Amino acid sequence: METKALIGEKDNSNWRELKNKLFFGTVVVLATLTISPILLIVYTLLSKGLKQINFDFFLKVAPDTLQAMTAVRNGEIIPGGIANGITGTLFMVLIASLMAIPVSIVIGIFLYENQGKKYANLIRSLTDILQGVPSVVLGLIAYIWIVQGVTKGFSALAGSVALAIMMLPLIIRSTEETMKMIPISIKEAGAALGVPYHKIILRVMIPSGFSGLMTGILLSISRVLGETAPLMLTTLGSTTVNFNITKPTSAVPLQIWEFYNNPNMIDLVWSSSLFLMAFVLTLNIIAKRISMRYS
Amino acid sequence: MIVDKINTEDMFLYYSSKMALNNISIKIPEKKVTAFIGPSGCGKSTFLRSLNRMNDLIDGVKIEGKVIIDNINIYDKNIDVVTLRKKVGMVFQKSNPFAKSIYENVAYGPKINGIKDKSQLDEIVEMALKNAAIWDEVKDRLGDSALGLSGGQQQRLCIARTLAVNPEIVLMDEPASALDPLSTAKIEELIVQLKENYTIVIVTHNMQQAARISDNTAFFYLGELIEYDRTKKIFTNPDKKQTEDYITGRFG
Ligand SMILES: Nc1ncnc2c1ncn2[C@@H]1O[C@H](COP(=O)(O)OP(=O)(O)O)[C@@H](O)[C@H]1O
Ligand SMILES: [Mg+2]
Repeated sequence: METKALIGEKDNSNWRELKNKLFFGTVVVLATLTISPILLIVYTLLSKGLKQINFDFFLKVAPDTLQAMTAVRNGEIIPGGIANGITGTLFMVLIASLMAIPVSIVIGIFLYENQGKKYANLIRSLTDILQGVPSVVLGLIAYIWIVQGVTKGFSALAGSVALAIMMLPLIIRSTEETMKMIPISIKEAGAALGVPYHKIILRVMIPSGFSGLMTGILLSISRVLGETAPLMLTTLGSTTVNFNITKPTSAVPLQIWEFYNNPNMIDLVWSSSLFLMAFVLTLNIIAKRISMRYS
Repeated sequence: MIVDKINTEDMFLYYSSKMALNNISIKIPEKKVTAFIGPSGCGKSTFLRSLNRMNDLIDGVKIEGKVIIDNINIYDKNIDVVTLRKKVGMVFQKSNPFAKSIYENVAYGPKINGIKDKSQLDEIVEMALKNAAIWDEVKDRLGDSALGLSGGQQQRLCIARTLAVNPEIVLMDEPASALDPLSTAKIEELIVQLKENYTIVIVTHNMQQAARISDNTAFFYLGELIEYDRTKKIFTNPDKKQTEDYITGRFG
């Protein structure tokens, strides 16, 4: 009896071991499959793009076709860089942030303060819908409103408006979620000290949720950094550095598209993409750090 | 002469349509400790929170009747809730310091109220921490995070934060229920000291605590004020059968 039971157990454990191994193997294969595209992207960008990255890449504007052609023919690296794109991207993201952040935070707090109310639910649904609108459509809207309506031509302002509309739903939702995470006791502590309502929001709730708000903002920025379609319809692009909101402006993703369309500048596609990816990745890592540090 | 600081008349409170307080009339004397006892869910916290209109923060709360503090009905239309809450401070069951330094926690209320002068703030902070019997423990580390303090210290810090805005009444909702016996003893000692300058109203589910520190005790049951009298009388010779059953541990 006893031996039989022991043998049975042994068989069983062999089978279990095999199952464990099978399962582990499957997980490893699937995990490798999942990360291989990422590794491939990083490898491709580094191997093809890294050689173009130098000081000029950050400080000079894009070369003209002739310069690029000459360099390619002589086997040299292409001169110039993406300074017009980097400054344009930073400029438009800054303007977009100035427009989107205050509005979104106010709306997010409003949603939090009016949980379960009809008009808050309506706004929340509209926010969700806005998040689902394809970015190219937002570009069209910004084209009609701003390019045709305000600046009478392609402009940084139009691009910023398109990006700002994209940022709105992201920050609104992250603000509301952040506020929900703050213990009600903190709010009560403020109220019990005789802190007026607007100061409870400004000086109790927002500081308490600061890391959450920051994370949401950074993620929304990193989300719009790579947007191309809406910018094509609104800011067009520019070969020079521009800080005039009424003028066409370049942006890194726009430049990638332009380089792609110019057979002599293919190398710059890779270096610009490498830069954009590194930038977005850095923002994401910072956002994650902030949210981990304070949670 | 005993002055009534708080005086409620025929007060009812509803959460949406559910009645939580049923016709409460009570006179709470100035510079005494008044304890609210009763089984959990009987409305002690609800009643306490209606004395500084903390229930305003909760949706669907409806209040009838009067709560008169210093001859003014605090539910009158033209009452400024902010001023009211400065005068009627509150300490909560779970200590809730801000994620700031010890100093900033105490200076918070005065700063919001517009006091900017550094030396004046220093003075207020020191006074408040001394009054809350925690000065000696924290005076060398005022810049440290309040969250690093022990539970009992955090609660005394919260009391200091409340005292720093110079209230006349301090409401406390089971302030020691989450603390160890030693910290509890410190808080109790502190409360007895505080009644020299402040009117204290404390909710407690610990009857020995009520007996030790309060002058008057109110027994609540199912949203009603069953009996209210000198603490000694309530604990030795209560008038009502329900009160006696509760303090002798027959229910609750
Ligand atoms: N925010 C609220 N919404 C609805 N009902 C509540 C709320 N707070 C308390 N109550 C109800 O009111 C009654 C009294 O609660 P409470 O005042 O917290 O009692 P106690 O402090 O004596 O334990 C309980 O039945 C409780 O469920
Ligand atoms: Mg309670």
